[in-house]
Amino acid sequence: MQNYGVYVPRLVTKKENFAPGHRACIGCGEALAVRLACKALGQNVIIASATGCMEIVSSPLPTTSWKVPWIHTLFENTAAVASGIESGLKMLMKKGRIAQQDITVVAMAGDGGTSDIGLQALSGAMERGHNFVYLCFDNEAYMNTGIQRSSSTPYGASTTTSPAGKVSIGQVSWKKNMPAIAAAHNIPYVATACPSYPFDLMDKVEKAAATPGPAYVHILSVCPTGWRCPVDLSVKLGRLAVETGIFPLYEVENGQYKLNFDFPRLKPVTAYMKLQGRFRHLSEDIIEKIQQRVTTDYAELKERAVEG
Amino acid sequence: MAERVGIEVSVAIGDAARLANVDVIAAYPITPQTHIVEHLAELVANGELDAAYIPVESEHSAMSACLGSAAAGARTFTATAGQGLELMHEVLYVASSMRFPVVMTVANRALSSPLSVWGDHSDVMAVRDTGWIQIFTENGQEVVDHVFCAFRIAEDNKVLLPVMIHLDGFHLSHVIEPITFPEQSKVDKFLPPNSYPLPLHPDRPVTMGDFAPPIIYPEAKWAQEVNLRASKETILKCWQEFADIFGHRYSPVESYHGEKAKTLLLTMGSFSETAMTAIDKMRGKGKDVGLVRLRLWRPFPFEEFRRAVAGAETLIVVDRALSFGGPGGPVCSEVKAALYGEAKKPKVVSFVAGIGGRDISPSDFETIVNKGIKISEKGSPNEFEIFGVRE
Repeated sequence: MQNYGVYVPRLVTKKENFAPGHRACIGCGEALAVRLACKALGQNVIIASATGCMEIVSSPLPTTSWKVPWIHTLFENTAAVASGIESGLKMLMKKGRIAQQDITVVAMAGDGGTSDIGLQALSGAMERGHNFVYLCFDNEAYMNTGIQRSSSTPYGASTTTSPAGKVSIGQVSWKKNMPAIAAAHNIPYVATACPSYPFDLMDKVEKAAATPGPAYVHILSVCPTGWRCPVDLSVKLGRLAVETGIFPLYEVENGQYKLNFDFPRLKPVTAYMKLQGRFRHLSEDIIEKIQQRVTTDYAELKERAVEG
Repeated sequence: MAERVGIEVSVAIGDAARLANVDVIAAYPITPQTHIVEHLAELVANGELDAAYIPVESEHSAMSACLGSAAAGARTFTATAGQGLELMHEVLYVASSMRFPVVMTVANRALSSPLSVWGDHSDVMAVRDTGWIQIFTENGQEVVDHVFCAFRIAEDNKVLLPVMIHLDGFHLSHVIEPITFPEQSKVDKFLPPNSYPLPLHPDRPVTMGDFAPPIIYPEAKWAQEVNLRASKETILKCWQEFADIFGHRYSPVESYHGEKAKTLLLTMGSFSETAMTAIDKMRGKGKDVGLVRLRLWRPFPFEEFRRAVAGAETLIVVDRALSFGGPGGPVCSEVKAALYGEAKKPKVVSFVAGIGGRDISPSDFETIVNKGIKISEKGSPNEFEIFGVRE
């Protein structure tokens, strides 16, 4: 048992289905998250990807990073495409045109492709109950197009379309609670994850794949380029997001909330925010406002988890 | 035995899709297309059609789900109209560019605003350049026949392109017509199971829908253009075989007393049958007029079209859509472009008529022809005439 920490990583497959050589930025937390998710998903998978960073870095013609079947069509329709794949496979198997086989259909998108432009298609696919996994890789802005704010951008963050200025603190709205929206569809499995907790992430993706019906995993993906932080801090920042309570790791299984990592005392939000240029301009009272909101939200989540 | 029944055209389309043994239908309700997908939902609910019916939350998702289903290798069908077709717009390009053999019936409808649920070709013309094969139909039998032909053409591995079957909203979608349905065995023989060459499957991983830097994009698009043009050969072969088996003959451009006529009228869609009545009447009065109907809208049948109008002095094109601020109706612009390089060509006159479901009667067509001849002789200060509009 004392070698647990050494032994467990050895159990993880060495096979990379998201191959190296792609063109993600140095220190990209999202590429790390995709890589881990692909390890968890294994071979029997079909991935539908939205337009975004991961699509653009992985598939410049005539090359590909994908060792599993992968399709990209548009930005906002990934969940709908996945629902078509799932239905198509189901019918082809039913009619005996392809062999009966357990194939996980996965939709992948960023926070813009999920919480903004793709929300309708996602809501529809979850409501209809397709058997698929939706992975949202949340780097908290439109990073692919150059760091524009999304509804998933945190309060106070400076982006190119919510710039901090003489009369603006940057993003003036609070981060949209996408996991709660997914959970409100009464789907069987919702979880949050972060590649800074790789085994937890892989466990959750595996669990999502094994869930019959829709499953949603919201993955915080640190973006050094957009968050304006040193590239070697990706993993650390992911940990701090969790340890400060800003991005708690939890699951909602059939409506039951479960907090996966609880901390007797949360680190102050400044521990997380001070390392990032996007929050550099914030005054103490704004940071205090954010601290209060995080404390309240975390307490509410914890209460719900206890109740659950 | 083939069965001839009186049936609403929309319902007949659903029955044709059943005979075509579709695997997946993803659709969203919109007038005047709703009866098609209602009937399909009913067939699935009653176990008469073994298909997945995806009741999507928008037309954008309808076509997107069709992409996924077709990519998995399933026979995929949908229907839409008007605003729904416009909401699909960007997805239509993806369907053709990624070579997905989706078949869609479009109950042609006017576009907002003001809101109009009635028929015209504004929706079609807005998606002209999406890379789909587009076929116009004039009556219920033609629509039913083309459900089979469309899948046969779309899924042909030399083609692999989506096909739109256009039928006029209400004027055709909602009428009850006598329609002959072929026997299942004959349909099965004519339409073998879909064999998409590289479906999404873990046994043979493929990457679909890459992004193309400038160094490769033009080549990808040129390949698509070559492919769409080349599809005409397969379309012609399909129609020939269809005629041999089922006895109904179709051509890219169809002529009605048009071979030697001095004045030609050009129409598309269900209008054409009304125009035929007008032509009969005028010919009865000794007028030297004929009719040319464009069936194949994309790929545009240049040769057949030029041949069909070669002997005429005047060609009067009746569009059912406006091209705001443009050179005339959209079909007329195409026709003019197709004739521009010809040494001997008819004078082309542009009319727009019947937009937003405004009825055009045989006598209206007579008026259009008479007016058209006058314009052709004396010229007109206008790029086009909009028929019967109160100014």
